[in-house]
Amino acid sequence: MEQTKIVTKSKPTGFYENFDRKVGKDKKTTHYCPGCSHGIVQKLVAEAMVDLGIQDRTIFISPVGCSVFSYYYLDAGNIQAPHGRAPAVATGAARARPDSIVISYQGDGDLAAIGTSEILHAANRGENMTVIFVNNAIYGMTGGQMAPTTLVSQKTLTSPAGRLVENDGFPIRMAEIISSLGAPTYVERTACTDSKNIMRTRKAIRKGLQLQIDKKGFSFIEILSACPTNWKMTPKDSVQWIKENLEPYFKLGVLKDISDTREARSRSQPIFDPATVFGVLGLKKEEKQAVRTSKFAGERRLKIAGFGGQGALTAGALIAEAGMNEGLHTSWIPSYGPEMRGGTANCSVIISDKRVGTPIVTTSDVLIAMNGPSLDAFENDVVKNGLIIVNSSMISRKVARTDVRVVYVPLTEIASELGLKAMANSVAVGVFLQHEKILERKTVCDVLTTSLKKQSALELNFKAIDAGMTFKEGQKKGITQ
Amino acid sequence: MKHELIKGNEAVIKGALLAGCTNYFGYPITPASEIAEAAAYYFPKLNRCFIQAESEVAAINMVYGAAAAGSRCMTASSGPGLSLKQEGISYLAGAELPAVVVDVMRAGPGLGNVWPEQSDYNQIVKGGGHGSYKNFVLAPNSAQEMCDMTIQAFDIADKYRCTAVVLTDGCIGQMMEPVKFPDKVVVPQEKDWAIHGTAETRKNVITSIYMSTETLKDLNDRLQKKYAEMQTHEQRSEDFMVEGASLIVVAYGITSRIAENAIKELRAKGLKVGMIRLQTLFPFPKDRLQKAVPLIKAMLAAEMSAGQMVDDVKLAIEHKCPVEFFGTYGGSVPTVGQMSDAIEKAYQKHTS
Ligand SMILES: Cc1ncc(C[n+]2csc(CCOP(=O)(O)OP(=O)(O)O)c2C)c(N)n1
Ligand code: SF4
Repeated sequence: MEQTKIVTKSKPTGFYENFDRKVGKDKKTTHYCPGCSHGIVQKLVAEAMVDLGIQDRTIFISPVGCSVFSYYYLDAGNIQAPHGRAPAVATGAARARPDSIVISYQGDGDLAAIGTSEILHAANRGENMTVIFVNNAIYGMTGGQMAPTTLVSQKTLTSPAGRLVENDGFPIRMAEIISSLGAPTYVERTACTDSKNIMRTRKAIRKGLQLQIDKKGFSFIEILSACPTNWKMTPKDSVQWIKENLEPYFKLGVLKDISDTREARSRSQPIFDPATVFGVLGLKKEEKQAVRTSKFAGERRLKIAGFGGQGALTAGALIAEAGMNEGLHTSWIPSYGPEMRGGTANCSVIISDKRVGTPIVTTSDVLIAMNGPSLDAFENDVVKNGLIIVNSSMISRKVARTDVRVVYVPLTEIASELGLKAMANSVAVGVFLQHEKILERKTVCDVLTTSLKKQSALELNFKAIDAGMTFKEGQKKGITQ
Repeated sequence: MKHELIKGNEAVIKGALLAGCTNYFGYPITPASEIAEAAAYYFPKLNRCFIQAESEVAAINMVYGAAAAGSRCMTASSGPGLSLKQEGISYLAGAELPAVVVDVMRAGPGLGNVWPEQSDYNQIVKGGGHGSYKNFVLAPNSAQEMCDMTIQAFDIADKYRCTAVVLTDGCIGQMMEPVKFPDKVVVPQEKDWAIHGTAETRKNVITSIYMSTETLKDLNDRLQKKYAEMQTHEQRSEDFMVEGASLIVVAYGITSRIAENAIKELRAKGLKVGMIRLQTLFPFPKDRLQKAVPLIKAMLAAEMSAGQMVDDVKLAIEHKCPVEFFGTYGGSVPTVGQMSDAIEKAYQKHTS
């Protein structure tokens, strides 16, 4: 055959001397059928790897398919991937070892059927890797079933009457799809047929690898290939069949090449230096052993609720963090997920002198109701003699319970008068501090000093807390009073 | 470090970075998304890699690739995502790669809802994918343990070359609690079996395909030996008021926190009840449970599922004492009252 002239007849450099990993007695020849393109393409890859001086750096990803055993032959680091996932596995390897040369090698079932998602997105991220796509228009390993690239009317075991467009759609042109994406650097389709085309394939593989060496990103080389065994043809007829049937549909040539303009991209070394890591993570060294400053004994269970944007969750976190800083056990848990959208948002906060059991507050000692629905939802869950703080700016009704303590405070109006309506939650915290006397004003303010995102509003928030702490009922009228 | 009030989900990421994790691959899903969000925020700042993958399938396969290349890497998700990851987890087991997976359980089956459940137990603890393999499963019940167990997961994964799963639930992931982070940063060690893209590691191969029955049997033997070793050395649990108890509650995750309240209430009423809280689910803390059997009348397995962990409790104690079951599902977390009632009922049944 003509093609064998082009590729070294003897074992190429880049292949193992003996195929010791191969199962069975024969350790000298590959398992590929006579005339199979996998053998040729892999020799081209092996030789390129050696000639470009990247053998030590190469990480070769073997797919599921007839080339699953590539690691029997290729003398390079090898990772075998699940069916279709080679580009994702290659991504992981390339990101973990940015200076390695990653070759993701796949068949058409692997790449164009089960693995369409992985190949598209690796390409779309412009991963620094070279993809070799062996398109033989059939599932080789499993014995000749239809592939996504099987031609219309082509007979396979699962298209016994020939591929039917009505049932199976059209063969997928992957190189065209990949070349339509922004990130890929270089996309070419070649064929493993005569010497001219094999030379082109050789050149394309080398170009793809060189681009990767230069850190210029993603290249994709689709190679029209022969599977004489499942096509039930001689190797010679197979080559002819590629030319007459595959090439007219899968046009050869360069589909995309931005290698001249694509800049090289390197990745920096990960940082493990403790000072930097602690700095980035915002972790602070403990100067002295934390001591409990609070004299509080017992447990308070709080429910803080309002509509999204009223800051119920933030108020809860503020109280929990202040509790922590006074050496108490605390927990905070929000209602989460879709419930947060639109309707009411609430959180459970627990402050205790002992380890906290369940963080979820079902019966509360304190309820802060920032709006009407919150009071409706949680009024009955307050324990006897518990405290309800009612935002009388928003809630027109009175609390129905008679066995609880209630304070009506126009939280929103007080906040608005101070100049920032969004601080109604801080006013509420002030009311809580005044009526429960568990936490110090100073600890709460200290938390705000370190955590308030809008630092310009810090003083205003202190004022809001003070307004809450000093508020006396009747002093200011809410809408109900 | 100073205590920090932090969400369990975020504590996972800070812990992972302290443990030397360099690669995070994830896909958004409630109630685990904060893990990916925190990773996206912190990883790049330390030149570590964060990728939002195209799917959970891709994410776990990126983990596979990065683990094969010798890095400390992880992914996180919730039920529907974990179902998709099972293929990859089976391959990780077959290729003996170390990986860390966090599962913040939500309610199922199907899309279910985003509220907490513990119904991924079977798919995580029993293997979940194809083949006779196990994951090492840690079960945190606080934000502190979310950090600590994530760090431990990396060490365990490397030690046994296995997948270590931090199996938690929506509550533990979403709640904020004080966490004390360790003041040590791990610099990951090179692994001589991995593929670094270097001359020394050129000879290495990572694969899970073994074409001869003998070599595949060897792999399976090796795996089973590892699991037996874990079972001998790594069982972890915590006792809660077990002194003199006639009924022992067995629980993990958020359920164990609810049981704490219930047990305290019932103890105050004079009922002799306590809890063994499971911290590893595989290896299952068999030894601790068996040791308790002669001293008690019955056990109560409490979990947020229709009954998954309960089977392991029965197997662990070889049915040597009655095992009652209290399960909730649908995404609602049992109240302390419901838990107390269940415990009291089981207690009365077996002590009077
Ligand atoms: C999840 C999964 N599904 C199915 C298979 C079976 N399988 C093995 S190889 C293969 C198709 C391979 O065809 P292709 O990618 O075209 O490669 P070729 O063998 O032709 O080189 C299939 C379906 C598998 N290994 N895993
Ligand atoms: S079955 Fe086809 S693809 Fe597989 S080795 Fe034989 S010729 Fe090659």
